Amino acid sequence: MNLHEYQGKEILSSFGVRIQRGIVAQNANEAVAAAKQLTAETGTGWHVIKAQIHAGGRGKGGGVKLAKNLQEVEDIAGKIIGMNLITPQTSKEGKKVHQVLVAEDVYYPGASETSEFYMSVLLNRGTGRNMIMYSTEGGMDIETVAEETPHLIFTEEIDPSVGLMPFQARRIAFNLGLSGNAFKEMTKFVASLYTAYVKSDASLFEINPVLKTSDDKIMAVDAKVTIDDNALFRHKDYMDLRDIREENAIEVEAKAVGLNYVDLDGNVGCMVNGAGLAMATMDLIKQAGGEPANFLDVGGTADAARVEAAFKIILKDPAVKAILINIFGGIVRCDRVAQGVIDAYKNMGTINVPIIVRLQGTNADIAKELIDNSGLDVMSATEFQEAADKVQAVLSK
Amino acid sequence: MSVLVNKNSKIIVQGFTGSEGTFHATQMIEYGTNVVGGVTPGKGGQKHLDKPVFNTVKEAVDEVGADTTIIFVPPAFAADAIMEAADAGIKVIITITEGIPVADMIKAADYIKGRDCRLIGPNCPGVITPGEAKVGIMPGFVFKKGRVGIVSKSGTLTYEAADQVVKQGLGITTAIGIGGDPIIGTTTKEAVELLINDPETECVVMIGEIGGQLEADAANWYKASGSKKPIVGFIAGETAPAGRTMGHAGAIVGGSDDTAQAKKKIMRACGIHVVDSPAEIGKKVKEVLG
Repeated sequence: MNLHEYQGKEILSSFGVRIQRGIVAQNANEAVAAAKQLTAETGTGWHVIKAQIHAGGRGKGGGVKLAKNLQEVEDIAGKIIGMNLITPQTSKEGKKVHQVLVAEDVYYPGASETSEFYMSVLLNRGTGRNMIMYSTEGGMDIETVAEETPHLIFTEEIDPSVGLMPFQARRIAFNLGLSGNAFKEMTKFVASLYTAYVKSDASLFEINPVLKTSDDKIMAVDAKVTIDDNALFRHKDYMDLRDIREENAIEVEAKAVGLNYVDLDGNVGCMVNGAGLAMATMDLIKQAGGEPANFLDVGGTADAARVEAAFKIILKDPAVKAILINIFGGIVRCDRVAQGVIDAYKNMGTINVPIIVRLQGTNADIAKELIDNSGLDVMSATEFQEAADKVQAVLSK
Repeated sequence: MSVLVNKNSKIIVQGFTGSEGTFHATQMIEYGTNVVGGVTPGKGGQKHLDKPVFNTVKEAVDEVGADTTIIFVPPAFAADAIMEAADAGIKVIITITEGIPVADMIKAADYIKGRDCRLIGPNCPGVITPGEAKVGIMPGFVFKKGRVGIVSKSGTLTYEAADQVVKQGLGITTAIGIGGDPIIGTTTKEAVELLINDPETECVVMIGEIGGQLEADAANWYKASGSKKPIVGFIAGETAPAGRTMGHAGAIVGGSDDTAQAKKKIMRACGIHVVDSPAEIGKKVKEVLG
């Protein structure tokens, strides 16, 4: 589950990680009130208005702006809320902004220069351990840093039996070139950041930038936080943090009925049991001259209700010119699935796109007979290649 | 010969009396698998499916000599079940459970390190040695005995590959579903190594997916091993959009060589017979075996 910046920062702060403070606002008036409150609480003169969407690169798209007075807060917040923000990480259409974070200005002048770092906590899949990845090159796109100056990216792997050790936090602070109070602050920052990562069951923390202020404080100015969906049962209080406006509407609907669906841009819809076979089916559609319109894993129980739900979801996409159903019946019997397809088809009235059903495995022969004798406009196949050929034939009509 | 499980394996089911455990244990027993009992804490002393139920894995090891377990325990308790099995001295721990929190698996993977046991999965279809033992949720009838080993991250795609191999008049030595989670016990490379070293296996089918380095590691190991035993490979997900499931930071760790195209290129360079179409797996196996 992805979180907004303001939600991620709240979680960090609850574990003692210093953050750039801010207040979320749904409209320009709330933004002004938030700015006043923030000035009262922190003494900040200027404010940063930050669009809250689930995508990075917001600054590049005009979603992060500095306001030097309350009039500017009102104007900028009014402009950002409601805009379709296009960033390097969104689609061409961008994402609609529903709220902004009004944040304190932390780049104030002082005794020393400010500096920005990069820090993330994540799983190293290769070793099965968590790691802290960090760099002196903060505020930049980390992929660019990895490409151009890979020697400026450091990692610190955490032994799960003892957790993050103080020497590791010190090494991080040394590698970032810190000394004095900033050094101490950084070791505290790293320790509390890692505690927050573990205690919140996160699967990604990305803090870019981590800021050293002109008075040697270390704080998170941004926060990209992803929580492990499989661990949400331990964090009932985080469940409300899901913002379904940020997710694809059809995908949300599919999830509600237990289907694993990903919306794509192609013209052939597909319905498959198992994620690996679903991806292989998408590849086959491409090789047959089509483009997959979706990824859809119906899971282990492909009964009539699920098949019907899957049909409805696939057919919401007007670009779909054909549907390929590919089920390998193991525990789930093919004749049951075939009956499910027939029942769903009849329930829905007419489906105006050709349907190719490939059923293989348990009772595949009976299933083929059921489909062939149903009188419906559904083509059956038993072999994988046969299904691909039928898709090709349909598309070339 | 075969690998991991055979007719002499003494298998217990953890989560034995639950609905999943009961259903699949029944299928395994019908297949002829040597299920010697099961574990459900608090139900020790009872009989279930005519087999003894134990409170702990240790009791099952002590009383019926269990050496292999299959875990159907719900996700919140599954990592604990893995560690209990390892602690009790179980040698092969096959974990079917899907949806175990990553943090739990980090602990379990660390716990079993250095112990004399092998974890398969989690989130996998299990392992089958046709005619001897089905320790998983796969449809047994698809897998006929033969000389081709299969290693796969995916369930139904394993069945598909086995079906294609069998339809070419060939059969399977052992099929290993390694699972698709971020942290798994046995990697593609380790499973491929087991099969390459198995004298009865004459060809290995290796099925992967986008993401991670497992297939590249296996391919590099294969090349370095100098083995002449052919491997047929397929990677699913050439058409899957990049970056849908992975965060930015994860993409860096993965590097640029975790796309289907990049993996296939590495595999080909290491001498693996890669097919682009998932419909060609069986045909290719027939071709390389001559």
